[in-house]
Amino acid sequence: MSGKKKSALADKKMVARAIKDSFIKLKPGTQVKNPVMFLVYLSAILTTILWIVSLFGIKDAPSGFTLAIAVILWFTVLFANFAEAIAEGRGKAQADALRSAKKDVEAHKILSADKKEAISKVSSAALKKGDLVIVKAGEQIPADGEVIEGAASVDESAITGESAPVIRESGGDRSAVTGGTTVLSDWLVIQVTSEAGESFLDKMIAMVEGASRKKTPNEIALQIFLIALTVIFILVTISLYTYSVFSADQAGIPNPTSVTTLAALLVCLAPTTIGALLSAIGIAGMSRLNQANVLAMSGRAIEAAGDVDILMLDKTGTITLGNRQASELIPVDGTLPEELADAAQLSSLADETPEGRSVVVLAKEQFGIRGRSLEDKNMEFIPFSAKTRMSGVNYDGNEIRKGAADTVKQYVLDNGGSYSRECDEAVKKISKQGGTPLVVAKNHKILGVIHLKDIIKQGVKEKFADLRKMGIKTIMITGDNPLTAAAIAAEAGVDDFLAEATPEGKLQMIRDFQAKGHLVAMTGDGTNDAPALAQADVAVAMNSGTQAAKEAGNMVDLDSSPTKLIEIVRIGKQLLMTRGSLTTFSIANDVAKYFAIIPALFMGLYPGLSALNIMGLHSPYSAVLSAIIYNALIIIALIPLALKGVRYREVSAGKLLSRNLVVYGIGGVIAPFIFIKLIDMLLVAAALV
Amino acid sequence: MMQLMLQYGFYLIVLVALAIPLGSYIGKVMNGEHVWLSRILSPCERAVYRVMRVRADEEMNWKKYAVCAFLFSGIGFLFVFLIQMLQGVLPGNPQGIPGMSWHLSFNTAVSFVTNTNWQAYSGEAQASYLIQALGLAVQNFVSAATGIAVLFALIRGFIRVKTNGLGSFWVDMTRTVLYILIPLNLVISVFLVSQGVVQSLKPAETVELLEPVAVDAEGNFLENAEIDLENGVVTVDGTIVPDADIITEQIVPLGPAASQIAIKQTGTNGGGYYGVNSAHPLENPTWLSNLVEMISILLIPAALCFTFGRNVKSKKQGKAIFAAMFIMLVIALACVAVSEQSATPGLAQEEAVDISMNDQAGGNMEGKESRFGIAASSTWAAYTTAASNGSVNSMHDSYTPLGGMVPMILMQLGEVIFGGVGCGLYTMLAFAILTVFIAGLMVGRTPEYLCKKIEPYEMKWAAVACLATPVAILIGSGIAVLVPSVSDSLNNSGAHGFSEVLYAFTSAGGNNGSAFAGLNANTVFLNVSLAVCMLAARFAPMAAMLAIAGSLAKKKKIAVTAGTLSTSNGMFVFLLIFIVLLVGALSFFPALALGPLAEFFAS
Repeated sequence: MSGKKKSALADKKMVARAIKDSFIKLKPGTQVKNPVMFLVYLSAILTTILWIVSLFGIKDAPSGFTLAIAVILWFTVLFANFAEAIAEGRGKAQADALRSAKKDVEAHKILSADKKEAISKVSSAALKKGDLVIVKAGEQIPADGEVIEGAASVDESAITGESAPVIRESGGDRSAVTGGTTVLSDWLVIQVTSEAGESFLDKMIAMVEGASRKKTPNEIALQIFLIALTVIFILVTISLYTYSVFSADQAGIPNPTSVTTLAALLVCLAPTTIGALLSAIGIAGMSRLNQANVLAMSGRAIEAAGDVDILMLDKTGTITLGNRQASELIPVDGTLPEELADAAQLSSLADETPEGRSVVVLAKEQFGIRGRSLEDKNMEFIPFSAKTRMSGVNYDGNEIRKGAADTVKQYVLDNGGSYSRECDEAVKKISKQGGTPLVVAKNHKILGVIHLKDIIKQGVKEKFADLRKMGIKTIMITGDNPLTAAAIAAEAGVDDFLAEATPEGKLQMIRDFQAKGHLVAMTGDGTNDAPALAQADVAVAMNSGTQAAKEAGNMVDLDSSPTKLIEIVRIGKQLLMTRGSLTTFSIANDVAKYFAIIPALFMGLYPGLSALNIMGLHSPYSAVLSAIIYNALIIIALIPLALKGVRYREVSAGKLLSRNLVVYGIGGVIAPFIFIKLIDMLLVAAALV
Repeated sequence: MMQLMLQYGFYLIVLVALAIPLGSYIGKVMNGEHVWLSRILSPCERAVYRVMRVRADEEMNWKKYAVCAFLFSGIGFLFVFLIQMLQGVLPGNPQGIPGMSWHLSFNTAVSFVTNTNWQAYSGEAQASYLIQALGLAVQNFVSAATGIAVLFALIRGFIRVKTNGLGSFWVDMTRTVLYILIPLNLVISVFLVSQGVVQSLKPAETVELLEPVAVDAEGNFLENAEIDLENGVVTVDGTIVPDADIITEQIVPLGPAASQIAIKQTGTNGGGYYGVNSAHPLENPTWLSNLVEMISILLIPAALCFTFGRNVKSKKQGKAIFAAMFIMLVIALACVAVSEQSATPGLAQEEAVDISMNDQAGGNMEGKESRFGIAASSTWAAYTTAASNGSVNSMHDSYTPLGGMVPMILMQLGEVIFGGVGCGLYTMLAFAILTVFIAGLMVGRTPEYLCKKIEPYEMKWAAVACLATPVAILIGSGIAVLVPSVSDSLNNSGAHGFSEVLYAFTSAGGNNGSAFAGLNANTVFLNVSLAVCMLAARFAPMAAMLAIAGSLAKKKKIAVTAGTLSTSNGMFVFLLIFIVLLVGALSFFPALALGPLAEFFAS
């Protein structure tokens, strides 16, 4: 995605496009999808007809007044269209960028991985599921697929916007490739997993463009509420007409209400503000998620993110920094600290992992042992291997090894050495503190233990405390043993942890929480995560993950960042809050509109009702016009809020509610009184009424 | 002033003090738990099941439950409708009252089956003892029980998880009538008889007047008439009135009144035995009978709030709903009390009378019984319209514009401030669903209530339940004002005349049944249109809430966390009140502006 975080409204091109779209959206077929605005649309048509008829002398209100109402109503409709169009704008721009990546390319189809030379050239559009293709350096990957042979660096910037290439290789959790990305080096044999039109890129384009955006259940429920209110207001307006006929008849004066004013009243009362902004809010929420480089497979998933109350977070990368660091050297069995430091440093010199480097750094900082050249003393380095599970160095007939406690223990015992109780205690103590012990042995004698510590990311503890205030529990998922996990969990301030996590363990944990009525969110990347992802309520698959994981999840994180889950929850909650707050504002507005219009309509009939004209509006016509102008302008005024979302803080439900109620509820009652009065004064000053 | 406050406070405290224990008793009855009456009543209960071939452990899904409730009401309607038209040829009619017209019978039958008890007829003149006892009194019991049964089904919907069963309609009906309505009303009836309320099967008695009175040829009462009994001559201001009639006897209507009055109060029915309802001295003779009848209006509806809390296993939830209703009741009561206590401008007689004091003896006594006074009348007016009762001990038509507007608003709010037995609470719960919907979104979650997610299906039906009353009232009154015959039925013109029409449809749309008076309602149009309003306002919410109950019972429970919107704290109570008032205000502000408000600002 484009890295630009520029507001959609500030972009002239987008605004121009949105204005054009506002008119295109005037088609009845589009309007009818939004019942509240369709009512405004019909009222606009009705008043326009009334105006045309009034030109021929058949009028129920002054011609100019009817025209003014008709014009304002048309603007109200256009403003609503504009809100939706501008929200869609960013998505459309993104979709255009994505489309350019989705061109037809020539695919090199092969019949089997063994016969890489027997290439037949076909169009990428003609590829079927299960076909094999070979992609070499510099070529574009023709379709989504699974790498079945080879390893290569791939440029995925067309999708993720991230320019650094990523490694894709057969087997493991980095085997999925996306059509439209480019192989930079080496080659890959890919088995196609999706056909043209259903690829990830196609889905992505549809999602960001909002083309496949279905109304979410919550949107439908809100719409039902708005329709119910609208039905009431239609009845209020119609019955008001008959009441008015009756009352005027009783008083022996002509009926003071006209169809034009009633149409205006109806539009004012109907929840047009939220009706106009509802779809914009949903699209904007989706768009915010896209900007965070997360693709949701449905709008429903974003709402579910707002409801989530259990976050299952992977320890590494989310809670701790990716790598552990040596923090302490503990000599045992009477070994001098310097001796241990020396051996530890020697064994780690060739170890280029962050852990290995941190040992060298520690030795230098604590004991002043300087780095030595690798050529010294005929050193032969023994790299870590899955078989020995130790690394080390041989020099001058000396043999230094370091590794996990049980491995080194086995190693020294096998070679006639001993494993002392003191060492065992040191190892246990480190584990208990959440660290990883590395035992160092020289010539089959144990020298001591290196304490490798998980470094908790800065600020996570506070973050988790905030989440707890919102009622969200954090669960740390780790492969560590329970002791280590407990210590890290305590330090990071998570609510619970799952140690020695297996895919089955995760799945079981999700099921247990769901059975207790919780909604669970998790991230995953491996194929073995797929069952848990499918079970979770919000499941974020890493883009770097396997195809199976991506299909099981309901969101894909293009950045493959484990901390993304917290941001997704925030976006989900913000979306729902915006919807609720603007609904409250919209309904609260009606109070003032009543006080503007009702006295205006009936002051002639019952002069006493002028006591209800608390805004002191100039005349019945100015009152109706001011209310309906306010009604149109408030839509435009609230578009930035609908796009940006209401302010979000991590506090308890009670606090959130009272804050939003004060701002949007009480604010919604007061604001229209002020602005309707102002508009009235302006109309009077401009001598328009 | 102080004494008045104490009086109002007393009425409220007695209500709450009685409602709490009754609520927990009803909760036990609903679950079939053992209560102190079980020893006597459970054999009866089992006998009823045997005779009716009801399985006590049957679990109905919502559709079956609804079909049973509707069928039961439908059959009840047909029965009452027919016996009323045929009462002239049926026994139990010592007065020889002729059968009702089809439209009056239709209206009356609908009115009693829907727990409304709008009375377009006058009891003592148009309904025989048979109708009163077998038709109306029976419906008083079963229409009330139907409301309670549906509430039970809804409560089960909230507490049950992943199931279809909502209990058995027949079991709920039987238990409600047997354990709650019969014992309670037996006690109240006996007490009312002790106060002098009539309970007799004899025809009306004729008694001699202590002082004869005279009427002119048209039957108008002659004031200050000097009556010469021996010669049969009536003189007013020294002139002889020709064709004047001298009356020496009066008819005292009798009948099985006390038994029906008890249930009309406790079952939020409200249909008086006599035409003027509890303003009649034989229906409500003493201050004690008045107190008991008045408290009875709100007793079960208030108790049901506590039943709800007890049986959803969170008393706080019940208290929150109760608090919302109670606060609105107190506000309404205060409005009526202040409006009625401060006298009308008419009484001031251009400052000839000092009306400056709040507790001045006068206040607005027009239309009120002097034996009850303003406090007992105002409280009754607030209680009877808060609950969908509709019985009166004073004439609301004679209240001050604002004093008369408040009872009207109470009904227009959908009869959810305690409301009808059962139905008031279940409709209030529909409002609670609307409230959590808006408030839930504002805390960034999709809405839930009592651990159940509120989704489009629930929203759809909650909207139906909440809007049934406003829709019925608006459509009904909107059409009625255009019908010429309605204008002819009005006693008053202008804003007050409009109020009379609005009140009639409000009363029907709220299933309340109280009358503003001043409107001759026994016409074909009014009988039929009001009956349709009553049907819509009764059965649409009932079906809606059962549908919601069915859907909720199927759902799993969501865990409560700090992120969950509390539905038992002060904020929620405030919001619930706000939503109820808002829906009411948005629906009826224009109508009220043309009726009572126009009248108020004109004076």
